[in-house]
Amino acid sequence: MELVEVKKLQVQLDAFAGKDVYLHLETTNGSYASHFNEAFFNAGAFIRNVVINYELGKVVGDSPHRVGLKLPHGWVYAQGITHYEMDDQGRLLLAGHDGTGKLAVALQISETPFSY
Amino acid sequence: MTIPKERHVLVVFPHPDDEAFGVSGTMTTHINQGTPVTYACLTLGEMGRNLGNPPFATRESLPEIRKKELKASAEAIGLTDLRMMGLRDKTIEFEDDEKMVGMMTELIEELNPSLIITFYPKFAVHPDHEATARAVVRAVRRMKDRPKLHCVAFANNTLEVLGNPDIVYDITPVRDHKMASMKAHISQTAWMLEEMEHKLAQGDTETENWLTKERFYNYRWEDDFESSF
Repeated sequence: MELVEVKKLQVQLDAFAGKDVYLHLETTNGSYASHFNEAFFNAGAFIRNVVINYELGKVVGDSPHRVGLKLPHGWVYAQGITHYEMDDQGRLLLAGHDGTGKLAVALQISETPFSY
Repeated sequence: MTIPKERHVLVVFPHPDDEAFGVSGTMTTHINQGTPVTYACLTLGEMGRNLGNPPFATRESLPEIRKKELKASAEAIGLTDLRMMGLRDKTIEFEDDEKMVGMMTELIEELNPSLIITFYPKFAVHPDHEATARAVVRAVRRMKDRPKLHCVAFANNTLEVLGNPDIVYDITPVRDHKMASMKAHISQTAWMLEEMEHKLAQGDTETENWLTKERFYNYRWEDDFESSF
């Protein structure tokens, strides 16, 4: 993965607009957050292989970036995005990694389903 | 405590690397004693968070990496029967509970183990650990002749509630295997191993103790985590 360059990523986001795409969206603090710090309120969300069709996709701000997808009847967005990659299967993978190298957020779109 | 000879040992954990920390020394010892050992690993740790910064992997490439690491760990342990059960990391508790019991029952019926090792329900911290432990305990509970059930517990309240572990094995003779097993999972353990080796170099006895002793609780059927399922 590479650090997000807004102009380059914007081109990739534009390329998927108006197409049916499979979505992977996840935010996480890890399953051990409340084990190491019992006062920590651990929350996160995960969705994988739901089909969306966005009319407008935008990457905004300085790193860590925010990325939003405008749908006909709603929105998808993620914050904390630091890295991106167009992988060898033509899938656009965006992720936010913290200073210790742990993934905190992922937003991925693909014209074919992600694995199980 | 010496490790008794068993007919067959079945180890059930949800994540590649779960075996490395808690039981790899015990597994190697059984294997060296000629006991067949099977490790059923329910997921490939697809949701691992250690991807590096700069990243060395993506959410999509991680499972292949962890599968290779799991196989390398099995080799370090000396294990020849590794089962990858195909579930997805962090979803085990959402699977149908009866299906999970069925998966465990099938393994047990096929292998006829005299000892099963898994996590201790309610003391296993991670939701996948808990779901795995529940499925194993439920499958064993239904058996007429129950095998021994040794459980790994590490929740913060373990000592307070369960007391000291009733089984403590000194695995010093095979510590190199254990170290190699932990190192095999380098994508997830690099940072931790670095800290550990630093502590060992300083002669930290707690770390030394952690590396050379493996601890289990006999599952307490008289204090079952649920009355029925």
